[in-house]
Amino acid sequence: MTRDNNLIGQSLTRIEDLPLVTGKGRFVGDMSFPHQLHMRIVRSSHAHARILSISVEAALALPGVRAVWTAQDIPEIGPIDFREGKIEKLEPYRQPVLARDMLRYVGEPVAAVFATDAYIAEDAADLVTIEVEELPVIIAADATPGEFAPGLSTEAAIVTQGFGDVESAFASAHAVVELDLSVGRHSGVPLETRGAIGRYDTARDVLELHGAAKVPHKNRESLARLFGRSTAALHLFEVHVGGGFGVRGEIYPEDILVLAAALRFEGAVKWIEDRREHLIATNHSRQQRHKIRAAVDAEGTLLAIDNEFWHDQGAYPRTHAMRVAETTCGILPGPYHLGAYKATGHYRLTNKTPAATYRAPGRYETNFIRERLLDAIAERLEISRVDVRRRNLIRSDEMPYARPLSVLEDDVSYDSGDYEGLLDKSLALIGWDDLQRELAERRAKGECVGAGLALFVEKSGLGPSDGAKVNVDTTGEIEVITGGASVGQGFETVMAQVCAQALGSDYRRVRVVHGQTNRIEYGIGAHASRATVMTANAVHAAATKVREKALAVAAELLQSDPAALDIVNGEVIQRDREGGPSISLGQIAHHLRPSSPTRRGSDPGLSAEGWFDTAHQTYPYGNQIAVVRIDRETGAVIVERYVIAYDIGRAINPMLVRGQILGGFVQGLGGALYEEFLYDERGEPLCVTFADYLLPTLSEVPPVDVIIAEDAPSTRNPLGIKGAGESGIAAVGAAIASAIDDALGHPGAITSLPVTPQRLKRIIDGLKSGSIPR
Amino acid sequence: MTKQDISLYVNGRRYDIRVEPRKTLADALRDDCNLTGTHLGCEHGVCGACTIIVDGETVRSCLMFAVQADGRTLRTVEGLAKGNELHPLQSAFIEHHALQCGYCTPGFLMLATGVLERDPDIADDELRDILSSNLCRCTGYENIVKAVRAAAEQMKAAR
Repeated sequence: MTRDNNLIGQSLTRIEDLPLVTGKGRFVGDMSFPHQLHMRIVRSSHAHARILSISVEAALALPGVRAVWTAQDIPEIGPIDFREGKIEKLEPYRQPVLARDMLRYVGEPVAAVFATDAYIAEDAADLVTIEVEELPVIIAADATPGEFAPGLSTEAAIVTQGFGDVESAFASAHAVVELDLSVGRHSGVPLETRGAIGRYDTARDVLELHGAAKVPHKNRESLARLFGRSTAALHLFEVHVGGGFGVRGEIYPEDILVLAAALRFEGAVKWIEDRREHLIATNHSRQQRHKIRAAVDAEGTLLAIDNEFWHDQGAYPRTHAMRVAETTCGILPGPYHLGAYKATGHYRLTNKTPAATYRAPGRYETNFIRERLLDAIAERLEISRVDVRRRNLIRSDEMPYARPLSVLEDDVSYDSGDYEGLLDKSLALIGWDDLQRELAERRAKGECVGAGLALFVEKSGLGPSDGAKVNVDTTGEIEVITGGASVGQGFETVMAQVCAQALGSDYRRVRVVHGQTNRIEYGIGAHASRATVMTANAVHAAATKVREKALAVAAELLQSDPAALDIVNGEVIQRDREGGPSISLGQIAHHLRPSSPTRRGSDPGLSAEGWFDTAHQTYPYGNQIAVVRIDRETGAVIVERYVIAYDIGRAINPMLVRGQILGGFVQGLGGALYEEFLYDERGEPLCVTFADYLLPTLSEVPPVDVIIAEDAPSTRNPLGIKGAGESGIAAVGAAIASAIDDALGHPGAITSLPVTPQRLKRIIDGLKSGSIPR
Repeated sequence: MTKQDISLYVNGRRYDIRVEPRKTLADALRDDCNLTGTHLGCEHGVCGACTIIVDGETVRSCLMFAVQADGRTLRTVEGLAKGNELHPLQSAFIEHHALQCGYCTPGFLMLATGVLERDPDIADDELRDILSSNLCRCTGYENIVKAVRAAAEQMKAAR
């Protein structure tokens, strides 16, 4: 479009970095309002119990304590709603903001203390005593269901999806492969814990929530409903967010409590979560057990899959309701043809911290399950792990490829892709055949080494609509107002690049607004890899309109044809008259002031609003290859090398895409080898500090080769973009499991994640003693 | 609880504050000195987000009481740049995309500052070992190593 301003596709440094490297960032914990109160939550120390009495007198007596609330102090506040609307069958299972009669997990909010100082609030919280009658706990989702409440089973729902004649496919199959696989309970665990400040502006009658994240606009709608307020009288404000990963920015009890308290006390109320609280109160994720069966023909072609799984939701459904379990059903088939399919998911409540989405929800799990299955088929039919995949892959000439399944209530239809082409790139990069020989030689010398691979299809850019506004002021500075959100992924830079490209400007002259509900009425937020797809396309639409307006005005002022003009470095110039008259965007904005005599019938302002609508998601895809070494004595897995190939359609900023992939990969490594929320038989959480919930450190990170491909641009948006956020993490568990099997020389050895040293040592010992059959 | 008067010398400036003996140094920096660049990620000394430099030693300010820092010389992320001139580590973090959400960044910057000042010629293995003492949840660490390595070269060249 413009000659010297091709910004899309460039690895530009980020416009958001300067405050963050100088200590000037503003995270919610860094904010304070005059005379604010501090809230501390008293949490259940029982996994399942009936509340007999709660005593708050001692806490109230402490100097500095303003109030202590239990459920009976907030009768007007109902349970937490589902984000996407009413779901009849789950209504009775929703979590109360403070426990009413029952305690259902360790960490459940029971009382809220409000004090003038955070230390005093914590002291007072220790003085609240709760008398209970303990009840039997349910810790496993695959155990016999119990009662959530009289007449209500802990199996809150069963989700199903499928197509084709599964039964006859199994009846006529050459072979049937069956596996019993589990994924452990882990989660996003951002470095910044949650936090929220509720503030009531009595003069304007506006209720404010500071420290919002992820989906401020959607949350405003939910909270407005809950508090019976107009959305014009309730505003959410995002500040810097220290990582999101799906868990941050959902509505939790604490968000509602600070707002209720702000209203009640007519002021500001601040709450900052501590790390122990985070690990028992912020959404968990992932935990599922799958019993999966595949029917295959003699060539290894997948004829049918029949999958039954148990989804461990924890104690209550949260804002996502059944989405993770539903996505699990819809996305499981991945990049492969499949004749018939049936998935049945038991959505079960247990006495553990409630679960919801964590980066690549439903995909991290199913990529592990499905790719384990492909490895098992390869083993059974004695074909290579690569060939079994090639034989089943959907081909590029079949795109778009629809299946009668749904993901996030969107009918599955892969828009574009060359799955086998990208697989070939990765195999070539790592030299797969030579690698096999090299590993065989090392094994012959006694080393325990192996390689594994996994393929996956991601999903991104769920619509249906997002809008943005672009305004140029008289100094030529550009403001982009979006309803998007930043969780640290580089949102501002990406939007600035897209806007500046259309406007022929310096991207550093673009200011990007996000997460402020008082600046724009609607916003899609940042979740499920949709920010770049949805919001960048909206910014592109708005900026293109501004460009057209600028060129039309400039053409008149320069007495030229708009088609003969271009914008370079913020200056409208005539393409074929170098050194001829020009006019800056700032000057054009000056001509467009409401009072400008040269405005001549144009609407005031060098500004425009743009929208992007889409009927379906986009489907990026990729593959990952792992090379591992195992220490037979300790059961430790050392990842020696890793390859991630990902087709993103079109990368706005390859450096940021690579950053997303690498960061996601290391999180995936955590879920594959280290991270797990464990509980004892009484429902007591065992992983409540960073000493027992183990995040990967630099020491665990291998060299990673990343291939960012742009072979299959999305056909569903003008920029051809697909999302980047969840690609790195998606198949790590799958690829590592395959590599460990290979190292052990025992396909199928790994049936559950994470493969902790203790677990792997048991497997190694079992193989040696023969208690695990060869 | 009775409060105690103490003086902290932070980034070349004296802060006279009154704190309870139980108040952590991190909280005192954030609440009483308004230096919120030092972040808290775990409050039990594992994540390193609160790393600062006390009398030349890198410490976790969540594990020290403010009263223990009375009269001592502290450096935090706010003191790294000289006016508008960024410290080589800060520039390198931007250049190498060594941060995403930026929450762990101050801790990594101070950890790296301490290391490179003590041992400008530190070997790669040792550097990786030291950098593995802080947690980052966004970047996957590789770009942090690249940035620190690049800054080390630049700092050596400037010596």
